[in-house]
Amino acid sequence: MSDVPKVVIPSLAKKYLMAGSGLVLVLFVLGHMLGNLQFFLGPEVINAYAYHLHHLPGHPVTLWIIRLILLTCLVVHVWMAVLLTIENKHARGNDSYAQKHSNVASYAARTMPVTGVVLLLFIILHILQFTTRVVPEDYNATIGEAPIEVAHVQIEFFDVFAMMVKGFSDPLFAGIYIIAVGLLCMHLSHGVSSMFQSIGWRNEIWRKRLHCIALLYGWVVFLGFAAIPFSVLAFGHGKEYLADKEAQWAAAPAVTTEISH
Amino acid sequence: MSTDSNSDFPWDSKVPEGPLADKWKNHKAHIKLVNPANRRKYHILIVGSGLAGASAAASLAEMGYKVSCFCYQDSPRRAHSIAAQGGINAAKNYQNDGDSVYRLFYDTIKGGDYRSREANVHRLSEVSGNIIDQMVAQGVPFAREYGGLLANRSFGGAQVSRTFYARGQTGQQLLLGSYSQLSRQIGLGQVKMYTRHEMLDLVLVDGHAKGIITRNLVNGKIERWAGDCVILATGGYGNTFFLSTNAQGCNVTAAFRAYKRGAGFANPCYTQIHPTCIPVHGDQQSKLTLMSESLRNDGRVWAPKEKATAEKIRKGELDPNKVPDEERDYYLERKYPSFGNLAPRDISSRAAKEACDDGRGVASTGLGVYLDFRDAIKRDGKAAIEERYGNLFEMYNRITGDDPYTTPMMIFPAVHYTMGGLWVDYNLESNIPGLFVAGEANFSDHGANRLGASALMQGLADGYFVLPYTVGNYLGEQGIAKAGKVTTDAPGFAEAEAEVQDRIKKMMSINGKESARSLHKRLGHIMWEYCGMARTEEGLKKALELIPKLREEFWTNLRLPGKEEELNPELERAGRVADFLEFGELMCRDALMRDESCGGHFRSEHQSPEGEAVRDDDKFAFVGIWQHQGDDQEPKLIKEPLVYEEVKFTTRSYK
Amino acid sequence: MKLNLRVWRQQSHESPGGFGDYTLSDVSEDSSFLEMLDILNEELIEKGEEPVAFDHDCREGICGMCSLIINGNAHGPETATTVCQLHMRHFSDGDTITIEPWRARAFPVIKDLIVDRTAFDNIVQAGGFITARTGSAPDANEIPIPKPIADKAMDAAACIGCGACVAACPNGAAMLFTSAKCSQLNMLPQGQGEKDNRVLKMVAAMDDNGFGNCTNYGECQAVCPKEITLDFIAKMNRDYATAKIHKFFGAAS
Repeated sequence: MSDVPKVVIPSLAKKYLMAGSGLVLVLFVLGHMLGNLQFFLGPEVINAYAYHLHHLPGHPVTLWIIRLILLTCLVVHVWMAVLLTIENKHARGNDSYAQKHSNVASYAARTMPVTGVVLLLFIILHILQFTTRVVPEDYNATIGEAPIEVAHVQIEFFDVFAMMVKGFSDPLFAGIYIIAVGLLCMHLSHGVSSMFQSIGWRNEIWRKRLHCIALLYGWVVFLGFAAIPFSVLAFGHGKEYLADKEAQWAAAPAVTTEISH
Repeated sequence: MSTDSNSDFPWDSKVPEGPLADKWKNHKAHIKLVNPANRRKYHILIVGSGLAGASAAASLAEMGYKVSCFCYQDSPRRAHSIAAQGGINAAKNYQNDGDSVYRLFYDTIKGGDYRSREANVHRLSEVSGNIIDQMVAQGVPFAREYGGLLANRSFGGAQVSRTFYARGQTGQQLLLGSYSQLSRQIGLGQVKMYTRHEMLDLVLVDGHAKGIITRNLVNGKIERWAGDCVILATGGYGNTFFLSTNAQGCNVTAAFRAYKRGAGFANPCYTQIHPTCIPVHGDQQSKLTLMSESLRNDGRVWAPKEKATAEKIRKGELDPNKVPDEERDYYLERKYPSFGNLAPRDISSRAAKEACDDGRGVASTGLGVYLDFRDAIKRDGKAAIEERYGNLFEMYNRITGDDPYTTPMMIFPAVHYTMGGLWVDYNLESNIPGLFVAGEANFSDHGANRLGASALMQGLADGYFVLPYTVGNYLGEQGIAKAGKVTTDAPGFAEAEAEVQDRIKKMMSINGKESARSLHKRLGHIMWEYCGMARTEEGLKKALELIPKLREEFWTNLRLPGKEEELNPELERAGRVADFLEFGELMCRDALMRDESCGGHFRSEHQSPEGEAVRDDDKFAFVGIWQHQGDDQEPKLIKEPLVYEEVKFTTRSYK
Repeated sequence: MKLNLRVWRQQSHESPGGFGDYTLSDVSEDSSFLEMLDILNEELIEKGEEPVAFDHDCREGICGMCSLIINGNAHGPETATTVCQLHMRHFSDGDTITIEPWRARAFPVIKDLIVDRTAFDNIVQAGGFITARTGSAPDANEIPIPKPIADKAMDAAACIGCGACVAACPNGAAMLFTSAKCSQLNMLPQGQGEKDNRVLKMVAAMDDNGFGNCTNYGECQAVCPKEITLDFIAKMNRDYATAKIHKFFGAAS
């Protein structure tokens, strides 16, 4: 058939790439969540964690390698998703069914491309806000730095805790964040069990079990991430800390320092 | 058996000399061969892609011949061999119950009621073991025992367990095996496969079969194909009866066209009627579904004793479970106390017909009897019955909506297999040189009645283990100088093509009122009534009057919608029905000629007091071969005497 | 019973199609779905209209020729049932039934409800076989095959090649079909010789014929009339990865 586009990457290879890159991202999400949860241990702990993350052995190359790996996985994951979506739409043909009944495909499975796109947008926003901090200058300045102890030495480092509280204090943003991690939960609930199928580690007995595991994993991730904005919004967690800081800043504006990575 | 012992048989059946057991071995050692380097110069045309066609195509292509294979379905994997349920026989003696090549041979001859050719049957039995080896090597997942070795079951007409099976889908698995081998050769370019192509004529060049004319069913194009020989593996003609267990597309056209070109048609009246099918439910039914014969191991067959009771059941006023035992007629147990419900197929079928003719039939149409599992469930428990027949009960439930665990199953006999076919010699070559016929399409191995699990065996034996040798013999005799020399420009092609075109144009231009389907159904009624389970001289004569009239109606009152040069299922059907309308007459003619009862052919005039078939070996120990003499003339009957060197005629008794 | 039918009519692959509306009265609930279509066709012929073309042959659920989407379901509403074994008692008087052909790029419509499934044959031709020269096979009992493996192979081999899996798959993927044939042979000892090549070639053929990619929806399994499971897809995925690795190290079978 002449109208069939040449398949460059074999279909199953695309599945492995999708599953493999997905696995890395799945593990990253878990690590990220565990890191975030240190929020509840107080500013010193999470700020020290941030400092260590930025000063891993081999600093600064290590962090950039990790970021590069994550970025590659993300690119591969998205690239494969785009290829799959385009090719699958093409394979379906021009005439669509007037009536089509879906028997078993879950809502999560059918909306993978949609949740994927929303998550991608969210990731971009998230990185801009919390990693590269492309925000108004006084926004960073308000957060400022906080003292942490590294190897029994007191040093000043960017105040991640304050940043989180400030970020989640905005109900609009917190809402977007909670919805996004909700979608992430859905995406994972199909993705994680699908991953096992794609690499061939699933059978009829384990299909249901893996499905439960994936669903459980999705919920854990959702609750882990959503707990922070929820506690900030609902219980005012960290609000006092931030208010103190803002009061200090209002009294004596701190000198904006270079952020050290 | 040689021809000179019977000077009035004009053809040569080419049965080799020597002891029966050595004939095939000797024959193979002496027939002509084609040098491997020369094989690619020959082009073989194969029509049909069932067990016989696919296996022949795969094997011949593997040997190096160029092969073109044609089928009317959309894929070679759809051929009706796929529907066989039970299994395939082979004389392996894996069960240590004393089976041997001789026993299988003997059972087959006896099962065929001494109307098959001895040497062919022995060869079939000899190669039966190789078939199993071959199919296992191809990855056919036959049933196995826990130790990993092959399992067997027993089947009708045998006292040993020699039937290999793959659940209830043995035919499917064997066909898919042959299809995989065929596919391999297609992938290698050795076989060119033409699907949705229907053969509409055979082309003779200098008296040899050298080509065919096909219609491309997608675009209606009529095409010519030239080759060095033609193999027909086009199945049986059960659909002459309209309702049968055959697939909707099964037809006699290819074989009948060959007959019209001079090939002899042997024993057309031999039809097997299977006793356990799901009854007809109304006049819109298109197909009869077989329920495995194995059900009769536990089910008890009965009909009400009184017509009045039957009538109440038919009207739905009476639940059959409420009919007390004394009002039930377990007629098989009554008539055949020693065999009971396991009486042979033909006897069970006829007994069911008698009960229904008597007005004691059940089902809404009055054509059905009960196969009741009530007592078996009471005796062994529902679980045991489910274990044995669960899938069959499910299928029955899907089709009828009734639950056989609580309501007795209804059954009725239906046309299932046709033993007759184009006449072939020992090489499976017809009287037209270069025309080979394999599988159900030929006549040679089953005599007047086929045993269960033997059809698959025969199809594969022909395709894998006979044709690859005998086709080479013919080609070798022709000589390499003639290889691939016939082209579609040869005389005969244009003429045949024109005839095909004319016939189609004629059908398209009738513009009458009745559809081909409706005419086919009417033919089916005539055939079933007068040439079905029990035949009489009077009935057959009547049918011979009715069929030409119906044929006349066909050619004056057919309504055929659509166009020639497009996909037109009605045109396909009309062409097939036109041939059935001629062929049905030939069947009746043969049935009338054969004034005896044998196997599936039961003439009511010839039965013992117990209703058993009575053969007349003095007069009818021959193959009745019909040869076409022209459209307005009666066909000529040629008799091939059946001479048995090894077995002796005895009365077939399963009592 | 009385039925309203919406049937897809399309003269040829090139011409555009659309629905034709028909009403049938007096359909017996004991009729099969295809017999109902036979009745429709007889009526159409009577009226001088062109009958509906649809594929069918054995009508006992094994040849795999019948292929209809009925009210959005491949092979209709019943599970583990082909259209030819679907009976009208599963519908009610007055129902409107929408009948469409299999739709997928790799299965172009030939006419009305008939599609071209040659793509399936192409996949088998690429590698869906064991090379076993006629007459060269060893004794059938030479290689014992454990019953569980033989049974599992039989589960896969039950595929009738109808194409419902492709028709139902939102991606038009042929994974269930390809994996059934591939896994059947790859599971058996006889199939080991060509294992790696088989899976590589069959997957390549599947891709080349324009089928989509699997995204593990499971719709194929839900509509399969022979209840073939996703296990075989997982097995094929596994075999493919192994084969790729073998090939990378120059050790593919």
